[in-house]
Amino acid sequence: MTLFYHIGKYFILMFSMFTRPEKWSVYWDRTMDEIIQLGIKSLGIVIIMSFFMGSVLVIQTATAIDSPLLPRYTVGFTLKQSMILEFAPTIISLILAGKIGSNIASELGTMRTREQIDALDIMGVNSAGYLIAPKIIGAMFFFPVIITFSMFFGFVGGGFIASTTNLVSLEDFLFGIRSFSTDNFFMFTYAIEKSLVFAFIITSISSYFGYYAQGGSLEVGKASTNAVVYSSIFILFANVLITQLVLI
Amino acid sequence: MIEVRNINKSFHGTQVLYDVSFKFETGKTNLIIGQSGSGKSVLTKCIVGLLEPEQGEILFDNRNVVSLNRKEKKEIRKEIGMLFQGSALFDSLTVEENVMFPLKMFSKMSKEEMRERANFCLKRVDIINKNNLYPAETSGGMQKRIAIARAIAMKPKYLFCDEPNSGLDPVTSMMIDELIKEITIEDNMTTIVITHDMNSVLEIGDNIMFLNRGHNHWVGDKNSILRTENKAVNDFVYVSKFLKQFKNKL
Repeated sequence: MTLFYHIGKYFILMFSMFTRPEKWSVYWDRTMDEIIQLGIKSLGIVIIMSFFMGSVLVIQTATAIDSPLLPRYTVGFTLKQSMILEFAPTIISLILAGKIGSNIASELGTMRTREQIDALDIMGVNSAGYLIAPKIIGAMFFFPVIITFSMFFGFVGGGFIASTTNLVSLEDFLFGIRSFSTDNFFMFTYAIEKSLVFAFIITSISSYFGYYAQGGSLEVGKASTNAVVYSSIFILFANVLITQLVLI
Repeated sequence: MIEVRNINKSFHGTQVLYDVSFKFETGKTNLIIGQSGSGKSVLTKCIVGLLEPEQGEILFDNRNVVSLNRKEKKEIRKEIGMLFQGSALFDSLTVEENVMFPLKMFSKMSKEEMRERANFCLKRVDIINKNNLYPAETSGGMQKRIAIARAIAMKPKYLFCDEPNSGLDPVTSMMIDELIKEITIEDNMTTIVITHDMNSVLEIGDNIMFLNRGHNHWVGDKNSILRTENKAVNDFVYVSKFLKQFKNKL
């Protein structure tokens, strides 16, 4: 019963966001702010993680391939497939669920416990629309950019290893990256589609837990933890679903 | 004027308000007093629309908000200013942006006009040269005054103050009380103050409702509250031995 209660409450919150904004210009500014807060400020960590993950993937793949029947460009090809299909959209989204999810839940939870959301409601502002909609729109707009950066810097990390070690030559690595390129656009759009869904999951679930937080700092902490846990679970679930629908 | 008629409210089968009726008059500071758990906050939340009463009518100048649709309720809310117990200022906005916020959302003023109005309101509550500070950088008393400035920015017809003195020293409390009283008279607002503070009751209590276990138990003003023979009111007012001795001398 509790599960249905939360699902119902979640959908009511989502629908309550979609009313005509009190002022479009204010919502536009809020969305731009959220793009900076949730998107641009996450780029640093995404770039660092992707670079190192790309490097590690190249080292692991290169050392695992010892059969002379497998060409060396397999290293680059494996990195491309891993980065585009899984690492950039899914793993980065899981990491961002931790960073952005806890940020959103604690921000909204604190606003709720300090009566700031009540203040908005009493002023006649649609608090859900004002606080949550710009986060969802901002994240859905910027996640594809983050994911693209992640792919690129994963390749850069791999290229760095290829050029500084003798595990694989840079030419072989780049050939692998470019190989079987007919599928590249399809894979890229599949990754972008996933990132849009994951952006919605992270921001909406975290907003739900923050918006309905009750009590004091302990409850805000719990809301923050729940936001990360449930966002991660739903990302993994959605990943399986989308993969089944798109790839099979 | 705000009038509540026969308000009933319960939570999970526990009745919190029983047939509460009262008239909050315009141009006066109307006080809702009572012990913790007496239903003051629930009644206020019903009046401002954060909670829906199960029964009864709430009339804002003869407009019954209980029967209005969402859009009409929203329009009435624009006529309400509220001062929260914890001030409820937005942490991410500066003092000036906090006061400008309702203007930005609902008025058609230019940025300059908004800034002018915000500065006027801040000056009215004696906050000067603090525009660019964030709420966390100001004291509790200042935060209350900034919250009052935000509440009056839209020139509301109705002002609600939820325990405006909580957490403040007696001198600052008195200052806030005086400010609320002055603003109420100046702008001819209907002001409702929820308080436990007897200093406030005796200073600004033009029209007082004493809630006791969800019932409207006693009605009066700052003069009559000291002389009433109502036991529950006396138990609330004359708590300390010193005050009990004072009562005996009256």
